[in-house]
Amino acid sequence: MNNGIKTDTDPVKCPSAPSIFLENVSFAYPGEEIFRSFNFTVKGGQWTCLIGPSGCGKSTLLRLISGTLRESLSGHIRFSHGNDHNRLTAWMAQKDLLLPWLTVLDNVCLGARLRGEMSVQKRERAISLLENAGLGEYSNSLPLELSGGMRQRVALLRTLMEKRSVILMDEPFSALDALTRLKLQDLAASMVKGATVLMVTHDPLEALRLGHIIYVMTDRPAKLSQALIPPGSPPRKPGDPVIVSLQAQLIDRLEGRDET
Amino acid sequence: MKFVRLIIISGGLLLIWQAIVLLTGVPPYILPGPLSVAKAVLTHSGSLFGHAMTTLFEIIVGLLLGTLLGVSSALSMISFLSLKRWLLPVLVISQAIPVFALAPLLVLWLGYGMSSKIAMAVLIIYFPVTAAFYDGLRSTEPEWLELAKVMDAKPLVVIRQIRMPAALPAFASGLRVATAVAPIGAIIGEWVGSSKGLGFYMLHANARMQIDVMFAALAVLAIVALALYFAVDWAMIKIVYWQKDNGLATKAQRHEGKK
Repeated sequence: MNNGIKTDTDPVKCPSAPSIFLENVSFAYPGEEIFRSFNFTVKGGQWTCLIGPSGCGKSTLLRLISGTLRESLSGHIRFSHGNDHNRLTAWMAQKDLLLPWLTVLDNVCLGARLRGEMSVQKRERAISLLENAGLGEYSNSLPLELSGGMRQRVALLRTLMEKRSVILMDEPFSALDALTRLKLQDLAASMVKGATVLMVTHDPLEALRLGHIIYVMTDRPAKLSQALIPPGSPPRKPGDPVIVSLQAQLIDRLEGRDET
Repeated sequence: MKFVRLIIISGGLLLIWQAIVLLTGVPPYILPGPLSVAKAVLTHSGSLFGHAMTTLFEIIVGLLLGTLLGVSSALSMISFLSLKRWLLPVLVISQAIPVFALAPLLVLWLGYGMSSKIAMAVLIIYFPVTAAFYDGLRSTEPEWLELAKVMDAKPLVVIRQIRMPAALPAFASGLRVATAVAPIGAIIGEWVGSSKGLGFYMLHANARMQIDVMFAALAVLAIVALALYFAVDWAMIKIVYWQKDNGLATKAQRHEGKK
């Protein structure tokens, strides 16, 4: 289904997507310490998956990197380009967050609209993205006319439209049914190639399908496991025996058993 | 269907009214039957129309000004946090004083003309519009705001392009309430002192024991108020075009969409 997606409208054009360095990061919500002297590097141009139980601080980590959460943060969050957070990150959440009063096309262009940067070229790019994702005929529909899977596809395109070299994903596919999820994972993998992706998930299979590198995050203050690097390049097939055996291993780590 | 139901309901009410008149044998100077009221509407249609136009004008101008005032209050409260701390108590105090008690004062200050009635209507609708719109502005989906922040949107743009449209459904229900209560303001104002309008005409007829004319004015007032309400309701449905149903049904759907 994805043929032709990569060719003319390669969505993320960044020759060297930046790495993200978290150095000595500490952060606490009132009465709850989430990170203490936390160090973590996200490799540029790769898809990193962060997997862990709910409430372990995964989403907080994404918010710290995107810059939406800055209060009571100590330590440094750097990008290898030297830039600050601004204009570098795009964010995709579990909810599609489509604005119900805007058409699908306008939702895809939301970033440009909010910054007052709309142009004919941007519009055309959004239309061709929609067509490549099989949503061409829905450009002028309102979100409420779309199914959950289609809405999340629109959210993915809105994220890609930003042309940011760092993409932060917060369980973006977890609200979808299994089949739609697999399709959308393939679409996402083909469309974000080349960008630095940090995806938070609690689904081991999803992490194994999409991640170049996988970390398990547990405890409070948060701790990271050693990196798990599955063989082959994503998106991997869900039935692959290596994936299946790694999945068992990953679940063990999640439950805190085999800590190597 | 809505229209048919409305006709059935009004027909039923008229029948009950007529039945009460027939069964109890009340004299017509206490409660005239629907037929004699209808006759009074016809014979006095000229002056009724004139007075109705006056009242309708007062209500509409009151609605426009009150809405404008309410919308700008809500917007400034959401834009400037410190302003909210000053304005919110004023808003509550303004509701603690019964607006009816202010009517004689308003007539004293603003005179017998339309402005005192318009001021009454404005005072009555200001609170529901402000409260509803402010509530809507305040309860924007937090993740929409977060998304806008990651997209580097400026605060004013966020208010205009995200908070305001998101608050429109709440604003619409506030305006519906306001439209329903706005006629009260105009009528009270007319009762206290005026020489025009349906409220004045009712008192005038009452003093002359023309009870059927009084009821005729009441009937015309009800029709004016209903027509205005349905016009506003229709406009609100058009404005909040992305909500296929109104009220509770939509809320349930939104909830379903969330999980």
